[in-house]
Amino acid sequence: MSEGISRRNLFKGALVAVASTVLPRSMAKAEGLASRGDVFAVLVDLTRCIGCRSCMRGCQRANDLNAPQELMDMDHLSSRIEPTYNLWTTVNVEGGASSPPRHVKRQCMHCLEPACVSVCPVAALHQTEQGPVIYRESRCIGCRYCMVACPFDVPRFEWNNGLTPVIGKCQFCAQQRLFKGLPPGCVESCPTGALKFGKRDDLLFEAKARLRSRPDVYVDHIFGEDEVGGTTWLYLSDVPFDQLGFKKNLSQRPLPSFTWDVVSWIPGIAAVLASLFGVLAFSLSTKSDQGKGDKHP
Amino acid sequence: MGWFFLGIVGAILAWLTVSYGLGRPPRHGIRWAGAALGALWAVTAVVFVIRFTHGMGGMTHMTDANPWGVWVGLLQAGVALSGGGFVMAATVHIFHIKRFESILRPVVLLAFLGYNFVGMTLFIEVGRPYNLWHPWAMWQHRSIMFEVAWCVTLYLTVLSIEFAPVVLERFEMNRAIKALHRVAIPIVIVGVILSTLHQSSMGSMFLIMPQKIHPLWFSTLLPVFFLLSSVAVGLCMTIVASLYSARLFNKTLNHWLLADLGRAASLVLFLYGAIKMVDVSARGAWASLLTPPWLGVLFLLEMGAGVFLPAVLLSRHSIRKRPFRLGMACLPVLGGVVLNRLTVSWFSMVPYTGPNYVPHWMEIAVSATMLTVLMTVFGLAVRFLPVYPIKADGAS
Repeated sequence: MSEGISRRNLFKGALVAVASTVLPRSMAKAEGLASRGDVFAVLVDLTRCIGCRSCMRGCQRANDLNAPQELMDMDHLSSRIEPTYNLWTTVNVEGGASSPPRHVKRQCMHCLEPACVSVCPVAALHQTEQGPVIYRESRCIGCRYCMVACPFDVPRFEWNNGLTPVIGKCQFCAQQRLFKGLPPGCVESCPTGALKFGKRDDLLFEAKARLRSRPDVYVDHIFGEDEVGGTTWLYLSDVPFDQLGFKKNLSQRPLPSFTWDVVSWIPGIAAVLASLFGVLAFSLSTKSDQGKGDKHP
Repeated sequence: MGWFFLGIVGAILAWLTVSYGLGRPPRHGIRWAGAALGALWAVTAVVFVIRFTHGMGGMTHMTDANPWGVWVGLLQAGVALSGGGFVMAATVHIFHIKRFESILRPVVLLAFLGYNFVGMTLFIEVGRPYNLWHPWAMWQHRSIMFEVAWCVTLYLTVLSIEFAPVVLERFEMNRAIKALHRVAIPIVIVGVILSTLHQSSMGSMFLIMPQKIHPLWFSTLLPVFFLLSSVAVGLCMTIVASLYSARLFNKTLNHWLLADLGRAASLVLFLYGAIKMVDVSARGAWASLLTPPWLGVLFLLEMGAGVFLPAVLLSRHSIRKRPFRLGMACLPVLGGVVLNRLTVSWFSMVPYTGPNYVPHWMEIAVSATMLTVLMTVFGLAVRFLPVYPIKADGAS
């Protein structure tokens, strides 16, 4: 079964490669996990979050990070914490002006078609088969294109390291825990069930069930279902998302496709230019240059 | 303090540039230049040490909210301003308009140095410069940055091959020159293709951020705009640099060659402006002139002063026939392209990121140092190599 799939993928990959040079661009699509429902996912239900920041501490423990411990205290909730290269998830109080305030956990959304992965020139950012988008330090050049490309402004840079700065972002605990059959550190630390770990299809089903059962409470939207082509971290809320600092007006079209439209043209353009210039250069040269071409000092 | 220092150095260098350009070199001009450059380079040497001991946080104002600073815009501008290299190489060697061959060498040298500016900037700008070779080994063909890395390094190689005959001539290595001459046309063709691809890709790099770049600048036609503007500015840069260095180094110059380039630049500028207008209209983005107004002003400045004004001026014979007027009509194009690249990579994202990035003076010092080092190299090359083939006796 798995062999069949990988062989089919291989075939598909080869077909895409050929198609991208020969066929119109609409035929060649950037690969991604968009159509797959069995990727790892987390459902964040903001109505159940009490702002204890246990998830932040759990994240630090699970990934051996060393952000200042006092940032993770509950009594610091009044002051806003920004993620850094060694602080991959934050819980802050959001909203409050025109809506009741809510505690909002943030981390990498682990997009189904990640912009960061598509822009990274050396595949330092990598989407694993099971969904998590991970960072591989040894490949990184430090160009920070991932930071600029990310629609959620997730990747962070180690600005005060002169020689070996890293990009820091939530790894979904992929290697530390997920691939060993454990849930992510933050989910395990959550005492209220605000975070639920599972497969994306199951969690979407669950989220829709919660929306249906309490339409009076929830905003009728699952953030992450369609945003930028879908993310594996999904959010439910009882306060409109844009009032809690969630990005609005995000394209539903996966961002890598904007670039792929151009990239897929490149081999064709190069071929056309090569033959055009070749013909031009040699046909014109025989007419006008003979006898004087070499004399320029 | 830092800005004050940069201001003084900049003022001295600007004064020298203008007075030499007007043909009135001041007394002790060389000494003034030496002092200003020496001070600038010494300070930048210290800045380099800070960069690699304390990280970019120690000498730039870039933050997680503004991960790309002024360097990326300048780097983009450097690539565009070096566009003269591929435009003129194509003119001479592909379209065989041979009368331009006499100005080809300085243009190729200029492009070569321009790409060195890009490479040197990258060496400071990326976090792990010792990994800059990675795109060659670790392929990720969906990335525009991957394609740019390949094209730029390959094109730098092409440029050094194109310029190699000048060095070889100096040392009279005739057999090597002959060998190079045989592969010249294929090499030029490769160079022009690489340039076409990466000049446009410098624009494609921004296609991934439709929600971050202001609608006056974000368009799926960004690659077309970047390519066209690099052709226009490449022509104008060729004109300005030829005029200036002819004056500086007392070389004779066939002015009508440059005047013709000016007319070509005018056409390209009109084409660029027209497509841009149609594009903004088609996307219904004119209302964005007011949100926020300062970006609208920037847009009008860029299009008016940087595109349409020089396009009109250069279309007039009376402007083109005088070297001084021709040069002056080209200058705003250079400014306009630099402004455009800075805007796309920086200003146009300010409404998204918030106005919390202003470059550190050390960032500017680094770029100024690289620029002045390369200009000095240009001067030395003209002095000691037969860059201007009309006076082939060169150094002796």
